[in-house]
Amino acid sequence: MNYEAIVIGVSSGGLNAMKIIFSLLPKDFITPIIIVQHISPHSDNQWIKHINDDSNLKFKEADEKEKIEHGKVYIAPPNYHLIIEKNKIFSLSIDERVNFARPSIDVLFESAAEAYKNKLIGVILTGSNNDGTKGMKLINEYGGLTIVQDPTTAESKYMPASVIAAVQVNYILSLNGIVDLLIKITQP
Amino acid sequence: MNIKDTSELEISSLLEDVYRKYGYDFRQYSEAHIMRRIKNRMTLSGIEDISQMQSKVLNDESFASQLLQDLSITVTEMFRDPEFYKSLRENVIPILKTYPFIKIWHAGCSTGAEAYSMAIIMQEEGLYDRTTIYATDFNQHVLSHAKEGIFSNKLMKEYTANYQLSGGNESFSGYYTSDSDNVIMNQSLKKNIVWANHNLVTDSVFAEVHLILCRNVLIYFDINLQNKVQKLFYDSLINGGILCLGSKEGLRFTDLDKEYSELDKKQKIFKKKY
Repeated sequence: MNYEAIVIGVSSGGLNAMKIIFSLLPKDFITPIIIVQHISPHSDNQWIKHINDDSNLKFKEADEKEKIEHGKVYIAPPNYHLIIEKNKIFSLSIDERVNFARPSIDVLFESAAEAYKNKLIGVILTGSNNDGTKGMKLINEYGGLTIVQDPTTAESKYMPASVIAAVQVNYILSLNGIVDLLIKITQP
Repeated sequence: MNIKDTSELEISSLLEDVYRKYGYDFRQYSEAHIMRRIKNRMTLSGIEDISQMQSKVLNDESFASQLLQDLSITVTEMFRDPEFYKSLRENVIPILKTYPFIKIWHAGCSTGAEAYSMAIIMQEEGLYDRTTIYATDFNQHVLSHAKEGIFSNKLMKEYTANYQLSGGNESFSGYYTSDSDNVIMNQSLKKNIVWANHNLVTDSVFAEVHLILCRNVLIYFDINLQNKVQKLFYDSLINGGILCLGSKEGLRFTDLDKEYSELDKKQKIFKKKY
């Protein structure tokens, strides 16, 4: 299977989890990665710099109507929902919060599922609410691949557990396991 | 048929119907945004497929008007993005002060929260008596709401904080009268705001203005429509006029980016060249 994009949803405890994942993913990892991390609406996204320091991949904030490209890692800007159009460009929206969150994981994942159908990988990591569960459900319905961090290894287990309770996910793995799998299945 | 399988073709045929029957043109909106809103409406109203939706839109005017509310963008705040208003006070007000009268166009004003914010600033700067604020939206429902100037009391804590962060030094509660549930904005703020129905997609230039504010509206449009609306703004501004966009918006997709200089790059404040 040729996967065209990876979406990652992460909430509380996310900083450490992402530091681990992105210190392990290699420089030549080309599948684009798109991330919603729940953050304060007033955040200046300094944390991106923090992760960038240890990462082989380059992070950037997703821009309005920006084209999604190989080899890039995109982050949803604070206080906007990030959505993906069918032609694989980003749109931003200031619609109401979803699951008390803006950006919301469900909003990204549902639009990504519509855009990429079965060529999408959805990943849910540590977090303490249920944002992302509906999105993973839709990715699953479209035949995309669903991966959840093993709740017993998560700083905050509620979010991954919520997905596992609602969706027949493909993999439940530790952070290291997730990285190994992503490398294996996206290798050209 | 499952909601999941709703195709682009069906959505565009629905939008075509809405345009033909009601004159509202969503055909060049961001598709993913429209899809999301339509699916929400289908879930909320228990509609199973798009053809059922289509017949309801065509035959049930109250449903159509509900859908119109769904598709329009009504999220707003007073002094939304305080840093922007701070920059407005510092960088734009000195320019406006040089004019004998000042016309401001607030395009896509929704419930008017930002138009009232503008009125407050102009009043504090001693400019309001020579200012007219044209606040427009295509959504008549939110316009009526805006004109009343009634907001929920619960919002005032956040708005007050925004106001203070924006550099406001007065007592914010002096700008409205409140009861236990709601506040109503002062008549002195309302007096120079002209509320008007204007559709950015289908209507043309209606005034020549010194300042245009259109923040977080264009993000809902596709690139072609953004370009078209930017042309409308350009034609509506006097030479040296100011254009304020949302913090994630810009002039990238227009042929007009060379026609403006940047007054504040981060806050997306542009000045039309002479």
